[in-house]
Amino acid sequence: MKTPLSSILLVLLASFIGSFGAVLLKAGAARLHGAWQSLVFNYRLGAGVAFFLLSSYFFVLGVREGELSVLYPMVSLGYVWTLLWSRVFFGEAFTRGKFLGLGMILSGIVLLYAGNR
Amino acid sequence: MSESGGRAAGRIATDEPRKPAFRFTKAQSITLVFGCTILGAAAQILIKTGAGNLRGAGALEMLANVHLLAGYCLYGLSTVLLVLALRDGELSILYPVISLTFVWVTVLSSVLFGEAVTANKLAGIAMIVAGVGILGAGGTPAPVQRGSSG
Repeated sequence: MKTPLSSILLVLLASFIGSFGAVLLKAGAARLHGAWQSLVFNYRLGAGVAFFLLSSYFFVLGVREGELSVLYPMVSLGYVWTLLWSRVFFGEAFTRGKFLGLGMILSGIVLLYAGNR
Repeated sequence: MSESGGRAAGRIATDEPRKPAFRFTKAQSITLVFGCTILGAAAQILIKTGAGNLRGAGALEMLANVHLLAGYCLYGLSTVLLVLALRDGELSILYPVISLTFVWVTVLSSVLFGEAVTANKLAGIAMIVAGVGILGAGGTPAPVQRGSSG
């Protein structure tokens, strides 16, 4: 295996953590209004950035070994998480198109994984 | 903050969306996103290079790694530009363009790191690009005439 399973798991963990960053940014952005205080004292935005930093930490650990051309596309699993959280936290509807896109992304990740064995 | 007194207070109270100072045309948005994909791919190459040079798993060592810092600066720049482009652009067109980053990363990984371009990788990336494209298309109302209505 050219890309260790540990690297793959670290990158997938990074995508999972990063997806919460996106949720927090979205929640924080919804509370922005004209006043600068709404940006500076916005703990949701701050937490969102913190999640992205934590996600980056695991991503860097993940790409220390293995192939970037396998690991980087796996970051797109983040789209799948984001879709799930959009439904859970913001009540955005699942559509047939979203399921199709989600299925294709997952299949792509499985193909990358299968080619690596 | 240059505004003072009652005007500023009134603006906060009305809570109306602020008009952007400028708008991109559709072509400008797509060009900008295209540029972002190249910047983003270059960032990944730098991050991979920096990560490969790490001796331990400490965050401090990462912060002192020039390649990692340069990579994340580039990543940040491409993200900011992307947000600007997405503000005015059509997501349904822009998402597939964003997926180009996967293509550049594959090409650059092959050229710079000697990673093999296999059928599985090409098929996997094609699936992901198509999937992201479908998500992008599903994210906006079907026949999109214009970008954001704001």
